[in-house]
Parts: sequence; structure tokens; C-alpha cells
Amino acid sequence: MMYTADMLKVFNEHRGDAIVIPGRGGIFWVDISTRANLDLPLGDPAMGGHGAFALGLALALPKRRVVLFDSEGDVQMGMSILLSVAEQRPANFYHFMLDNECYATTGGQPVPNAKNVAYDVIARGAGYPRAFAFDELEAFASALPGILAEPGPVFTALKVHPNIQNQPIGQRRRWMTRTRDQAILDMQREVRISA
Amino acid sequence: MNDAVTTAQLSPEVVLNELKKQKVTHVVWLPDSETNWLYLLMKAEPSLHLVAVAREGLACSTAAGLAAGGKTPVILIQNTGLMESGDSIRGWLIGLSVPVVLMVGLRGWTRHGVTQDTAAVYTEPFLNAFGLKYYIVESDADANRIEVAFEEAKKTKRPVVVLVADEFHGFNR
Repeated sequence: MMYTADMLKVFNEHRGDAIVIPGRGGIFWVDISTRANLDLPLGDPAMGGHGAFALGLALALPKRRVVLFDSEGDVQMGMSILLSVAEQRPANFYHFMLDNECYATTGGQPVPNAKNVAYDVIARGAGYPRAFAFDELEAFASALPGILAEPGPVFTALKVHPNIQNQPIGQRRRWMTRTRDQAILDMQREVRISA
Repeated sequence: MNDAVTTAQLSPEVVLNELKKQKVTHVVWLPDSETNWLYLLMKAEPSLHLVAVAREGLACSTAAGLAAGGKTPVILIQNTGLMESGDSIRGWLIGLSVPVVLMVGLRGWTRHGVTQDTAAVYTEPFLNAFGLKYYIVESDADANRIEVAFEEAKKTKRPVVVLVADEFHGFNR
């Protein structure tokens, strides 16, 4: 297993001018990213929808790379979006998934069948042309340039240590420094689109 | 088709024209019994990009992403799926201030007559519970309500619903 922050630091070296939706990695990404105006740290508007949001964004901005750090809990909830992604085949979409095997923000309860799901196999079965799975940081770091060099959609499952939170929600560190609306506006200005 | 019946119906061509007038770019959809008649026309329309989803809540988050990227999506689903989408409507559409129109097939509509389909029984209370403005469109005469819905969505930066209350027309072509 790797630590999410370490993995994101590796990714950041290859980020380029991609729009990044950090998902549940956002709590670490805000301190790593150097291009905040291309980040969409939306937190969790509603579980299960990040893949679909990223698909929509990728379709809207086909000339801009869109990178999502999804999570296995969200993918389990909205798994059918893998079919839609595969059908639409956005070449600019890079779908990473942080698999900590649990619902970390509610105290670490395991997701269904937590240790026995091959999400890369599911993605390939859904029609993604490429899919990978990594347990170790070194292997991921070595493969990442090749993953990003080829067109998407590509799915990459990453086993990560959970960042379990047991404090009441009102007592947790507030890592989102911008509202969701502001983050979207900042991104739109950066890529020069009006909505 | 019987001309006497035509005037009481909602033509898919009229709906498609309304979408084109609003410069809709993407239709995020899942088939239903009311809107199949529109599908064939949309598929053939070069200005529209259809994005199929397998669960209606994902139409909401997909539309949110499209809107964030500067496009003009419309969501095309059935009232059953509207209700399934509740948390996605809350978080992705209302939460992200997405000015999107949801064209929702109103399965079971009896014009507030004796309604036996619970899908229709719960649709309007569901919309009222979420504070979503909605317009019922039953025939071509109501089609201008679609434009009203789009304008209201833009003005309020909130989702607005068009309930499509005409069933099966377009199958008999």
C-alpha cells in the first residue's frame, strides 16, 4: 500500500496543465498542487458522482487533460458510469482511483468485499481500453509516465493507506479553502471558458 | 395520424426545436416511456451529443461536469429516475448551482385524476420537497414553457424541471 500524499507528489511531477479533480485526495492535494486554478477540490457534493462529473468535464473540454482521483467507495456507488465513460471514450480522461478498502470519513468501516475486488478488471470489462492496478509507490511511479503518455480513457486503481477520521464532522480540519462555486469559476477563468 | 388528435399531442419535433433554440449541446439521458419518441430525432441531430447513463443520478453529476466545462446540457429521464436521483440533485445540481433543465417523463400522469401509478403520485411532492420549480408540458401549445424553464434555470442558477406529460406519441409514426 502507498500513502496518498506520496502518490500525489509523484503525480504532481507529471501533472502539466491538466485539470485535476482530487476527490478524497483533496485534503493532501491542496498542499501539494502548485496550480490551484486548475484544481477542482469539490470535496464530496454527493457520493458516487465524481466519475460522472469528470466525464462531463472531459467531454466539455476535449483539448484539456482531465485527471480524477476517485475512490473505491464512490466507484462502488456509481459503478455504471464506467460503462458511459467507455462508450464515450474521452481521450483526455485519466481516471485514478484511491482504494483504501473502507469508508474512511465515517470511521473506517470496510466497503463490500473490500479486499477482493479487482477494479482494473471491472474497468476493462466495462470497456476501458487500458486499466492498471498498483499496490506499491515505486511501481506506480515507474509506470505513470507511460500511463499519461497514451490517450485515455484509462483507469488506474491505487491501493492506499486509509486516512480514517473518527472526529465528529464539525470538529474536522477544514481543508477546502475555496467554495465549490469559486473553485469552478477559477478553473473556468484559467481555461478561458464562460458558462 | 389523425389530425384531430395531433393538436392535443406533444410533437418530438417541437421539443427538439426548443432544445436547439436554447443551444443545448449535450443530452444526458436514460430512456423512458415518454421520451423515446424524441430519441430518434436527437440521434440524428448533429448539434446534439448524446451521453447515455445507466442510472439517473449519474445524469445529474455528468451534467454538472458539462456545465462546469462551459457546455449546455439537458437531462432527459423518467420521473422514477428523478426520484432515485435525489441526493445527486441535492449535491451536484443544487449544490454546484448548475442551471440545467431536466426534461422528465411523467409516467402515470392523469391530470390529477384517479392516479394509480405511484410514480406519478410522488412526483410533484418530490419536486416541492426539493424546492424545484417545474412546468408541465402536455401538448405543442405548452411548448413555450420549455423556453421559460431554460430562462429560469439561467436566471436562478438552479435546476428547473419540465414534466413531459404526453406518452407514446412518436411510436405511431
